[in-house]
Amino acid sequence: MKPRVPMKTGVESKLSGLLPPLVSLLLAAAVSAVILLLVGENPFHIGSVMLSGSLGSLRSIANTLEEATPLIFTGLCVAVALKCGLFNIGGEGQLVIGAFAAAWVGVKLTGLDPVTHVTVCILIAGLAGALWALIAGVLKARFGAHEVINTIMLNYIAFILTNYLVTLPYFKKPGQIPQTFDIAPSAALPRLSFLYQYTRLNIGFVLAIVAVILVYVILEKTRLGFELKSVGFNPTASRASGISVVRNMVIAMAIGGFLAGMAGSERVLGVHRYFISPFPFGYGFAGIAVALLGRNNPFGVLLAAIFFGALASGGAQVDIETHVPRELVTVIQAIVILFVACEYLVRRMGLMQLVDLMRRMGLRRRGAGAHE
Amino acid sequence: MRVLTVASFSRRCDLSLAEAPTGFVIQVEGITKRFPRVIANRDVSLDIRYGEVHALVGENGAGKSTLMNILYGLTRPDSGKVLLRGKPLPVSEGFLGINHGIGMIHQHFMLIGQFTALENIVLGSEPRKGVFLDTGTARSRVENLMREYGMEVDLDRKIDDLSVGEEQRVEILKVLYRDARIIIMDEPTAVLTPQETRSLFSTLKTLSDGGRTIIFITHKLEEVMEVARTVTVLRAGEVIGTMPVTETDAARLAELMVGRSIETVSGRKAGSQGEPVLAVENISLKARKGHELLTDVSFTVHRGEILGIAGVDGNGQDELFEVLVGLAQPSRGRVEFLGRDMTHASTRQRLRAGMAHIPADRIRMGLVLQFSMKENLILGRHTEEAYAGRVFLKQRSIDESAERMIKDYEIEPADPEIDAGLLSGGNQQKVIAAREISRNPELLIASQPTRGLDIGAAQRVRGLLVKQAEAGKGVLLISADLSEIMTLSDRVGVMYRGRIVGIMPALEVTEEGLGLMMAGVSQGGRESR
Repeated sequence: MKPRVPMKTGVESKLSGLLPPLVSLLLAAAVSAVILLLVGENPFHIGSVMLSGSLGSLRSIANTLEEATPLIFTGLCVAVALKCGLFNIGGEGQLVIGAFAAAWVGVKLTGLDPVTHVTVCILIAGLAGALWALIAGVLKARFGAHEVINTIMLNYIAFILTNYLVTLPYFKKPGQIPQTFDIAPSAALPRLSFLYQYTRLNIGFVLAIVAVILVYVILEKTRLGFELKSVGFNPTASRASGISVVRNMVIAMAIGGFLAGMAGSERVLGVHRYFISPFPFGYGFAGIAVALLGRNNPFGVLLAAIFFGALASGGAQVDIETHVPRELVTVIQAIVILFVACEYLVRRMGLMQLVDLMRRMGLRRRGAGAHE
Repeated sequence: MRVLTVASFSRRCDLSLAEAPTGFVIQVEGITKRFPRVIANRDVSLDIRYGEVHALVGENGAGKSTLMNILYGLTRPDSGKVLLRGKPLPVSEGFLGINHGIGMIHQHFMLIGQFTALENIVLGSEPRKGVFLDTGTARSRVENLMREYGMEVDLDRKIDDLSVGEEQRVEILKVLYRDARIIIMDEPTAVLTPQETRSLFSTLKTLSDGGRTIIFITHKLEEVMEVARTVTVLRAGEVIGTMPVTETDAARLAELMVGRSIETVSGRKAGSQGEPVLAVENISLKARKGHELLTDVSFTVHRGEILGIAGVDGNGQDELFEVLVGLAQPSRGRVEFLGRDMTHASTRQRLRAGMAHIPADRIRMGLVLQFSMKENLILGRHTEEAYAGRVFLKQRSIDESAERMIKDYEIEPADPEIDAGLLSGGNQQKVIAAREISRNPELLIASQPTRGLDIGAAQRVRGLLVKQAEAGKGVLLISADLSEIMTLSDRVGVMYRGRIVGIMPALEVTEEGLGLMMAGVSQGGRESR
């Protein structure tokens, strides 16, 4: 028997790859409907409110895309690392560091023309996020310290560090609220007001789409992407083929950190226009779910992020229009994530049964030879 | 038909009476088993007599293991049935051969390294005294078995400290302890030295004289001729024929197995030595725990020769391979490649300088299973000018060279987009060989290059190695397959416990002599470096 690894042949995969997430979503919708029935709500009514709140008007669509923008970046951040076999849970911290860096440069650097200023802010934010991720990457590559632990710890450090920095008089706007001065107008990312007058959707969304395409090109068309994936799938064979595992792991973490940092700059330059403490939480973690739902494919991440954005904006509408608390929307999001995770479990079931059988025989395999 | 002695005949009669009235212990009738992409067994029928050694031969993928898994109860057939002692085999979920007197010994042993031999033998059916293990009863039963069948194992040593031959005896004792009347052995000689093989065969004879039936799966046809009474040939899931070994010979069996006649490959035995390609001087390698995995290894590979390194698995071959390709740093010694000191060079530097390697474990080290065939064909070569610029891969030239390699090396299926994990073992090996040999390397290091391959694929890979040497390149062949070493190499060395014990011209050594060196009994003849 062949070892069971997820495998595909040519075109057949592209279609069958889409099917499982769709099934997960349908199942999640069904379970959510049951929950709504249990709390005495009409699932069809709630569903239609969610739909109109997320896609029903230009305003709703703008809201959805605005919520989706940082998720596209953080989803890509997780996906790139996963392609290289690393689990980057540090998107949160890398984002907040990037956000603070963007605010710093946005506030303090003046006298530049808008294009330059925005570009500098975003680059600095990306580099700050990359640097933050590099700490975990280097610890992993040099000392084998597990990246999950390190990135989680670095999340706390990032939050506490920025909470402190924002209180320094050099940054802090006078007043009760711990927030920085407003960024210079030249550093602001223009909002896409032609869609809807009061939207906070901004050019950052376009940048996110560019990032999706760039990540796709890097992964599929370049030497670097080839090496990243090779290391992710089989580090031993990569090493034996002369590919540096350490180097690629560090690069994958840095790219992810850069993307998360960009997410932070989009929030600061395009939405809030200042850095506030504590910084809005959750985009980094949601990025993990986005990457999983999008199956680590850049375009999948784009779709998944928009889907999560729709849940958020639709959820807000439900909150306004009905008696259903907003928390229930969070529950629905969680159900979706659960079903996506389950799908991975089900895929491995075949293997599990085999292991179970061997256990029943009271036998244990030494070495990993496969039968015919 | 062999003539039976009166004594063994009567014993066999007793058993038959005890077990079943017919002369067959297992009757397989029209078994068919399909897997998603292949039919593993197609209408297979087969009768196995009481007390015979029945060999089952066939190439990889011929369906031998599937058939045995069906007999043992690990796999359920789609149609057909199996009669065990005249009664249909239960098809329920929990059926396992061992509960019905069928024992299976896998190619990869299933033993617990930290337990002693005795503990492994009784594991799962330990005799008890109350809640305690009744060691005394267990030991005396096992000792009786050892005496009866002439097998010797130190029962109190841990499995990790035993040789492969001893581990195999523990496996045999384990099924005997569970009173298996039918013993299935999957390629039992693959990991043994010639001496160990001989002792296994005498054990098999004793067992079959004692009325036990043995089903023996193998690639090696000389062994069939030596030990089996009946042989069944499987090809592509179908039974090609069942016959007494007295009515056939190895060459004819090979033809039946492959479906065409086989050409044999051999190296040039007495080739003149060219200049050195690789010189290894006094290499030692320390494990983390401090003991030495390699000790003072020295040899030279010249242009135009195949240097064969024989040895039982686990005597330092893998470590030597890792040191040579730059995956491990030797604690002492020097590696010189084409006149340059490469002791501390990275793997990429070595590959660039003209080394190529075929690793022993193709799945772990040679391929990325989730990558397509064409991606695997450029793995490690993706930075070459032909395949990539500074940043981007050159998709078109990658596609073109994949098509070319598929044709030149006859890789099946000829689909460059298929995942490497879906290829058969032989075709996976062809992908690696194609990639490495088309580098046009000055030195090819091939570690167990034909392990697990069927005859056809193995001969093809061997032919490629010989061609490299004929083209004036150096080839280092590390292999546990003695006859492969003997037919291909110009010079032969043996690895034993991390040392090279003697390197000799291949024409001056015999298989027996090598076997003794592999077992650490003799030091070999004069050295010729």
